[in-house]
Amino acid sequence: MTDQPMTAEPVGPAGQVPGKGRLSPRKRQRISRGIQYALLIAVVVVVAFLTNWKGLGENFAKIDVAKQALPDVFTVALKNTIIYTVGGFVFGSLGGLLLALMRLSSVRPYRWIATVYIEIFRGLPALLIFLLILFLPLALPGFEVPGGTYGQGILGLTIVSSAYMAETLRAGLQAVPKGQSEAARSLGMSHSRAMISVVIPQAIRIVIPPTTNQFVSLLKDSSLILFLGMSGEYVELTKFGNDLASTTSNATPILVVGLTYLLVTIPLGYLAGRLEKRQAKER
Amino acid sequence: MAHAVEIKELHKSFGDLEVLKGIDFTVDEGQVVCVIGPSGSGKSTLLRCVNLLEQPTKGKVTVGGVELTDPDVDIDAARRRLGMVFQSFNLFPHMTVLQNVMIAQRRVLRRGKDEAERVARENLDKVGVGAKCDAYPPQLSGGQQQRVAIARALAMDPDLMLFDEPTSALDPELVGDVLSVMRKLARDGMTMLVVTHEMSFAREVADRVVFMDGGVIVEEGPPDQVIGDPQHARTRTFLKRVLDPTHSEDDGASGVDEAPAR
Ligand SMILES: Nc1ncnc2c1ncn2[C@@H]1O[C@H](COP(=O)(O)OP(=O)(O)OP(=O)(O)O)[C@@H](O)[C@H]1O
Ligand SMILES: [Mg+2]
Repeated sequence: MTDQPMTAEPVGPAGQVPGKGRLSPRKRQRISRGIQYALLIAVVVVVAFLTNWKGLGENFAKIDVAKQALPDVFTVALKNTIIYTVGGFVFGSLGGLLLALMRLSSVRPYRWIATVYIEIFRGLPALLIFLLILFLPLALPGFEVPGGTYGQGILGLTIVSSAYMAETLRAGLQAVPKGQSEAARSLGMSHSRAMISVVIPQAIRIVIPPTTNQFVSLLKDSSLILFLGMSGEYVELTKFGNDLASTTSNATPILVVGLTYLLVTIPLGYLAGRLEKRQAKER
Repeated sequence: MAHAVEIKELHKSFGDLEVLKGIDFTVDEGQVVCVIGPSGSGKSTLLRCVNLLEQPTKGKVTVGGVELTDPDVDIDAARRRLGMVFQSFNLFPHMTVLQNVMIAQRRVLRRGKDEAERVARENLDKVGVGAKCDAYPPQLSGGQQQRVAIARALAMDPDLMLFDEPTSALDPELVGDVLSVMRKLARDGMTMLVVTHEMSFAREVADRVVFMDGGVIVEEGPPDQVIGDPQHARTRTFLKRVLDPTHSEDDGASGVDEAPAR
């Protein structure tokens, strides 16, 4: 502190009246916003003029092509997408839980195995895994994935999702307070009994929101099943759209399929957000 | 008669930190022993060694004639005879109050559903939260949660109850309910080992008080002696601080190394 004598005049905002000639922050903000709107409108107008609306409509929104997609886009393609995704999700969750428990195990080789698996399959592109499955019969002659095309698709998604689920579930298991398993053990429960009755149910609650998001990304990854080259009754959404687009030489089926994905993914994403918020409030 | 609890030469270290430095004491059947002492003196660690939530580094813990520190002992079976009540309640938040009290009866003691429920309701009534059977733990006050935790332990018909500062996390006006449940338990002849800062409770209920500091037992005996007429300076300093917290700073009781006035 300097030891200047206090002046009688109070020092404060009133002491420094801003220059009247300057623009106030409020006015400046208004002008800046006006410029942004003008720019946006200009871009929209230019794009609208330059776009070939007729050509676009012909190619992407042709009503009679869209009609051809019905009802199979729902009764076959969406149904199969859901079968692949739910299958991959269920087996992936079970595998992920096993891997998570192995990773937290006191048995060192378990930890190693789980870590290696998780690091490998989180690091590989999902497409590569489907290609591997495709070439599996070459590497192991006579080997066949049980369940045919469904089995192959679900296997691929299981491999992908179990690695991600393992990490999510591990975080969930670790988020359950230590006092919970101590209370269970002090009641005479064995380690596995305490896990099953007390720790895992709470961990699952904790991971429901992130898991919902993982379900959505698995649903999108199920499009890669297209590379398994299955046919007819086994097609999922992307392959269905792709095939119909080729036969009709028109892109409308792609749009239809895209909207069908959104029909599922947007509500689920919204749900995940809601669950997350609710959980944040409960803590 | 064999002691209900017998602890011999108990040592416990966490890495390089030696928390318990040779503890010896016993609790007889039907006795209430209160453990008091400053924070960090190892009271919780001692209690957790009694039911082997912590593995002792050295020494012997015998409960009800069974040596728990024997490496071949069935620790899950041994723990069934011991109830433990934690400072932070540790109820299972995903189960109702009734389920909290039933789960271990069902899964550990293999009691039938009806019997488990009857025992659960009996014990919940005993601790005064019988009306809350269908509530979930987070909906209860701290005092109610702790009483449910006591009922949960009692439902297993333990021979010995361990309490680790059961009232320390409670609002002052809720402490009384929990203490009166514990008082009643003691009157009914339960063997209890209680870590507490509630000196009036210890004085009234305990058969013996153990004062711990720095990982050793400094002084033990009947409450009127240890709390009423402590023999050791460390006990006196501690009691002064606990019984009159507002004056513990300025009466120079800690006296040894007065911090220079910076
Ligand atoms: N799991 C652990 N790992 C490492 N150190 C620990 C562990 N548990 C306890 N300690 C240490 O052991 C010492 C004694 O802890 P303990 O909890 O037994 O004390 P306390 O007497 O119960 O204290 P309080 O009154 O605060 O509960 C402390 O220094 C603590 O930091
Ligand atoms: Mg403690």
